[in-house]
Amino acid sequence: MWERLRYRLRYVSGTDVALWIVAALLLVMITVGSYNSLTSGRYTGKQWFDFIISGLAQGSIYALIALGYTMVYGILFMINFAHGEVFMSGPFTAYFLAEVLEQRGLFETNPWLALGLVMLLSMAVSTVVAVSLERIAYRPLRGAPRLVPLITAIGASFFLQYTFRGLYTPGFKAYPEVQPLKGTWTLFGLEIQRMLIAVFVSSLLLLLLLYAFVQFTKVGRAIRAVAEDQQAAALMGVDVDRTISITFAVGGAAAGAAGVFYALMFRQVNFFMGFFPGLKAFTAAVLGGIGNLPGAMLGGLFLGVFESLGPSLFLEGLGVPAAYQLKDAIAFTMLVLFLIFRPTGILGERLAKRA
Amino acid sequence: MSHYFEIRDLHVHYGAIHALKGISLYVEEGEIVTLIGANGAGKTTTLRAISGLVRPTSGEIRFEGEDLLRYRPHEIVALKRIIHVPEGRRVFARMTVEENLYMGAFTRTDKDGIEEDLERVYALFPRLKERRRQLAGTLSGGEQQMLAIGRGLMGRPRLLIMDEPSMGLAPILVESIFDTIQEINRQGTTVLLVEQNAHMALSIAHRGYVLRTGEIVLHGTAEELRNNEMVQKTYLGMA
Ligand SMILES: Nc1ncnc2c1ncn2[C@@H]1O[C@H](COP(=O)(O)OP(=O)(O)OP(=O)(O)O)[C@@H](O)[C@H]1O
Ligand SMILES: [Mg+2]
Repeated sequence: MWERLRYRLRYVSGTDVALWIVAALLLVMITVGSYNSLTSGRYTGKQWFDFIISGLAQGSIYALIALGYTMVYGILFMINFAHGEVFMSGPFTAYFLAEVLEQRGLFETNPWLALGLVMLLSMAVSTVVAVSLERIAYRPLRGAPRLVPLITAIGASFFLQYTFRGLYTPGFKAYPEVQPLKGTWTLFGLEIQRMLIAVFVSSLLLLLLLYAFVQFTKVGRAIRAVAEDQQAAALMGVDVDRTISITFAVGGAAAGAAGVFYALMFRQVNFFMGFFPGLKAFTAAVLGGIGNLPGAMLGGLFLGVFESLGPSLFLEGLGVPAAYQLKDAIAFTMLVLFLIFRPTGILGERLAKRA
Repeated sequence: MSHYFEIRDLHVHYGAIHALKGISLYVEEGEIVTLIGANGAGKTTTLRAISGLVRPTSGEIRFEGEDLLRYRPHEIVALKRIIHVPEGRRVFARMTVEENLYMGAFTRTDKDGIEEDLERVYALFPRLKERRRQLAGTLSGGEQQMLAIGRGLMGRPRLLIMDEPSMGLAPILVESIFDTIQEINRQGTTVLLVEQNAHMALSIAHRGYVLRTGEIVLHGTAEELRNNEMVQKTYLGMA
């Protein structure tokens, strides 16, 4: 038995050992922190429940954005780092429509119609931005070494941020309130904020719809075929360029919808609003196994809940002051840990097989 | 006089490599024509030029008199129904067998015809029917080759071009694949068949071409080629 252990240890480097110690320490910290928090009674059961619900709502927004990252990666093997800006462009543009509609009183008289119009415009703008981005910035670089489109994406991200800043001014703009989504609903004897339920349920429906589109329609089948083997797909008569455009369009539309949900939840938009959600959604896509559609959805929900529970659950339990401000740190720590320990993500053997 | 399908003086370069040095060949409607040659002779390159996956430097590829070089790969499938069953099968591993077959009919809109052809493919390869819900990536090599051929047939080809369908298969399976090709041809499909297995290819083809380092060095009926001394020595392994 010692023989075997020693034999296996021969292949373990110092770095591996250090990393496993880090992982073990983190696990212990999370366990101890959670235990302390739960036994201290600082939060009631209802409060924990609220953390989970708002985590799910936030997570479903991440999931919608992550869809775009993962689909584009699946088909082009590139990380579209400008996807956060695709997400920003829709709701930021739609804000101006929302403002007009509110002045005309449509948000009072027919809030669902108003919201629908804002949603449509946001999705349309994000779609157009995503498709143009591919057409102008990425398509000419197809076949170039992988670093090239990556750098271009970062450039495009800045370009879009500052273009929108220039177009719409740098300040924060407040989205109008939607009356029917104010206040709470009582479900199973628990009071829940209407906005959270609405965002969660509509995101989930949209995610399922998009998944069904990719899985069960002819166009969706073409997208999967191109993702697996572009040339073989072309030999079936699939227009590869057009299919790639459609993939960007689908990701863009999902991001545009996510953008409106985000704007409704946090009530404000500006040119920089895509940066953190974009990074979080990218994290979610990696958690789920990038390139994997259900993975991105689960990754988004998981990250949302983890991030929402984390500060109160294990950071406060460890006596970390102002734990809530470390919310973002939790997400990015998870990203780093996943990249180190399980780069294929939760559901992601597919990527490993492909490499 | 114009042929059903014809290549004239085709040149292809990969950077500095001159892979095809002015080849010419033709196929008449209803024929099986085979293109044989050793590794690296340029067989795959010829087929990739036909389906638009590589751009020739010069030359002509004509189908029913019309130049194909102005079309993109997907247009050649959609407009001309020239279907390429590629080297190495290239089935969509993460799709089911049936999804792969429907991919083969991607450009078609005649629902009834598609279902009819699906049944025809299943009749030709009962093994595929048994495994219709299985992921293509989990099929054996031979089954994948059947799927690749079946997928090609789902496009209802007017010219079927096949790149080494016998590669990596056991002898019994090779025989059955070639029987199937012959059967497909009897049902009315014109076939251009690339093979290293010259023996099998010449046993089902009507005519053949021998390609050597980018040039056609011999052309004749299958019978003539089988009896040719150089072919016997180099490609049929006879002393
Ligand atoms: N993408 C490419 N880039 C550079 N050279 C290539 C490329 N594809 C093929 N070649 C070269 O062109 C020549 C012809 O290759 P081709 O694949 O057409 O041969 P083949 O007759 O199909 O051989 P095999 O029987 O091994 O499949 C070879 O010398 C090959 O190295
Ligand atoms: Mg070849």
